[in-house]
Amino acid sequence: MQIEFVLNDKQTVWEVSPDEFLADTLRKHGLLSIRKGCNTSNCGLCTVWIDGKPTLSCSVLSFRVEGKTVTTIEGVSEEAADFARILVAEGADQCGFCSPGFVMTVLALKRELTAPTEEEVVHYLTGNLCRCTGYLGQMRAVKTYLGVTQR
Amino acid sequence: MFTVGRLAQPNTIGEAYRVLTEERDAAILGGCAFLRMGSRKISTAIDLTNLGLKGIREHADWLEIGAMTTFRMLETDPLTSKRFDGVLVEAVKQVLGVQFRNLVTVGATVFSKYGFSDLIPALLVLETEVELANAGRITLETFLNRPSGKDILLRVWIRQDGRRAAYRSFRNSASDFPVLTAAVSWLPGQGRIVIGARPSKAEIAVKASQILSEMDFDGPKIDEIASIAAAEMSFGSNMRGSAEYRRELCKVLVKRAVAEVAACK
Repeated sequence: MQIEFVLNDKQTVWEVSPDEFLADTLRKHGLLSIRKGCNTSNCGLCTVWIDGKPTLSCSVLSFRVEGKTVTTIEGVSEEAADFARILVAEGADQCGFCSPGFVMTVLALKRELTAPTEEEVVHYLTGNLCRCTGYLGQMRAVKTYLGVTQR
Repeated sequence: MFTVGRLAQPNTIGEAYRVLTEERDAAILGGCAFLRMGSRKISTAIDLTNLGLKGIREHADWLEIGAMTTFRMLETDPLTSKRFDGVLVEAVKQVLGVQFRNLVTVGATVFSKYGFSDLIPALLVLETEVELANAGRITLETFLNRPSGKDILLRVWIRQDGRRAAYRSFRNSASDFPVLTAAVSWLPGQGRIVIGARPSKAEIAVKASQILSEMDFDGPKIDEIASIAAAEMSFGSNMRGSAEYRRELCKVLVKRAVAEVAACK
């Protein structure tokens, strides 16, 4: 079946099967920033925005984005790079496998929350897992990015 | 991974119900997160997107929650997040992450009667009804206790009676499935205590609820209520905990939830 939607600001028409998940569809079309880390809808590595809302692309059937806007990290590359620079400066980037999904959630957090507490930041990021770091570097980077600490 | 033969996107509830009942191995699609974990062979997958079932609306005495409403919508929409002392927020906010809650639907969770559900005990402790395509509108309690059958859950209705409510759960790690859940609500003469993830589905603790309905919130009575709730419910063991552990947790969670409701009174 054909789906028509906006992908990273571009009108897009793709052929998908009814049981195909968005993560697989996106990767098939070369968007390799989307990773699948768990098979149980809990790691957050596959995070994309659908109509601006952070969503697990591994668990969204592709036909469900018909008429919607999908954003991957490739579509917000400047903003992502801005945050990624801070992330790297904090040493929070080890294997890097969780990073694209994490960055997408942080950028969504900045748009959705106003002056969040540390608890609210941690709560918002709970759906993004990292096997390498222990999350402290990420938290320092997020606080710097949100302007809480000095760059 | 499940497979789908063909996709149906009906424009009326009648059409959706007809496809569901006339075709073998047809299935309604909710958020699909739990479906994805299995390997069901679905002949016709029925998508409810065109039926206008996503959204939260306020009526004079009732809140109407469409079946395709996501957990995140319950968490952020003031119509649900600021009612009943935020009990619905307390219930859903520990379910994995925001990305997951932007996907999972109220209808699929309630219809599936998941034992591990955080949302169901919070709904059951309020005056909640479900509206089904065939069975019509019945109380959530009735729905949970009747045998499963082919039907489509369209809406969840919550009476706006201003009752106080509290939700407590225990999990082995943050955002994990709960080991046990407890919800308490109170109106003068109408106390209710619900225990879920036993590991089986949420049920009302009848004896404890009766005492709560009659009480005046003094300290020793709260301990008694918690003990009675733990004694009257049945618990089982699974990989997340033993029956005995759940029974002990029940006393603590009920005590804390009742104390919270008492403080708000």
